[in-house]
Amino acid sequence: MRGREDEWTGLMRSAMAGDDAAYHRLLRAVTPVLRAAARRGLARAGQPPDQAEDIVQEILLAVHLKRHTWDSEAPFAPWLFAIARNKLIDTLRRRGRRVFVNIDDFAETLPGEVPEETASAGEVATQLSTLPQRQRDVLQSIAVDSTSIKDTAAKFSMSEGAVRVALHRGLAALTAKLRDH
Amino acid sequence: MDTDQLIRSLAADNAHRAPRVGAVLTMALLVAAPLSILIFATFLGVRADVMSAMHNPFFDMKFAVTLSLAIPAIIVSLHLSRPEALMRGWGWLLLLPVGLLAVAIGSETMMAPAMPMTMRLMGKNSRVCLLAIPAMSLPLLAGALFGLRHGAPSHPALAGALAGLLSAGLAATLYASHCTDDSPLFVATWYTLATALVAAIGAYAGSRVLRY
Repeated sequence: MRGREDEWTGLMRSAMAGDDAAYHRLLRAVTPVLRAAARRGLARAGQPPDQAEDIVQEILLAVHLKRHTWDSEAPFAPWLFAIARNKLIDTLRRRGRRVFVNIDDFAETLPGEVPEETASAGEVATQLSTLPQRQRDVLQSIAVDSTSIKDTAAKFSMSEGAVRVALHRGLAALTAKLRDH
Repeated sequence: MDTDQLIRSLAADNAHRAPRVGAVLTMALLVAAPLSILIFATFLGVRADVMSAMHNPFFDMKFAVTLSLAIPAIIVSLHLSRPEALMRGWGWLLLLPVGLLAVAIGSETMMAPAMPMTMRLMGKNSRVCLLAIPAMSLPLLAGALFGLRHGAPSHPALAGALAGLLSAGLAATLYASHCTDDSPLFVATWYTLATALVAAIGAYAGSRVLRY
């Protein structure tokens, strides 16, 4: 457990220093832990586990857009779990449930019980379709078609800078829509 | 979109760097401050006898009190803009103005004051005080909330209340140079009421706009 969390902190430091691959690895590493915790939180609130993936995706978006609030001198896991807990509470509240979220839902996850699959979620896909055309095209190209920023720029006759701006704005708009819908 | 695809798009956006919350908060307060100063200059202004008032320790004490509210409130609000932050160990900072006021009230009592207690407490400007501090706070509060929105507070209402405290502290610093009531009893009563009002507005606004 300790080792895992130290590894996350190290990856996040590299990510903040500009290592995109480390960032990708970190997000992939935390996702199963978040998924297991989200399922457990939903089960405890008497909710079906099928919303877990929506929560996981909301957590990942919040982690991404708020990562400047992480202090690189501090361990990464408590910061991550605080965001995750906040998002889980928000989701349950939106569904009008009384909320009992235990921070240990996030901290206690054992590697053995972590489901490994990736799953799709409805909410992000729904909100994605309401984004402006350009942001949607860029997000689709990079996320779904797995095209690089450079090739996406060529595909849409945009500059790489414009692709980066559209990507970031798209992610920010997606997060705002998920929060407010 | 499945989660792996979402992660791919997040990793592609890793190069994007956001400024620190402190930088955004500072900028937002600097943009808002001229509006508060404009309200001050239009409706209030510095009191006429300011030069002689500066020799009165209770006049100077007002600024110590208001700044000892504003500065710690800024520090604590920035602390709370981190999701894992707790109030524990930080709350005492907000007691600084309370302690200063208690000391000031104690020393005024011992100095055989010229006016009876009720007159010192009621003063001549209580209504202006209750109106002016919240009015000058509002632009600063809006700026503070804008700045803190850049953070990720786990307790939006609490962070909003802190935004209220910091803007009231700054507004009260301006107001203190206008007000001719220097008794710490007046400050403890009316400044506190005005500040509590702004903090309540901040808490309400924060619970709506500081969720991330």
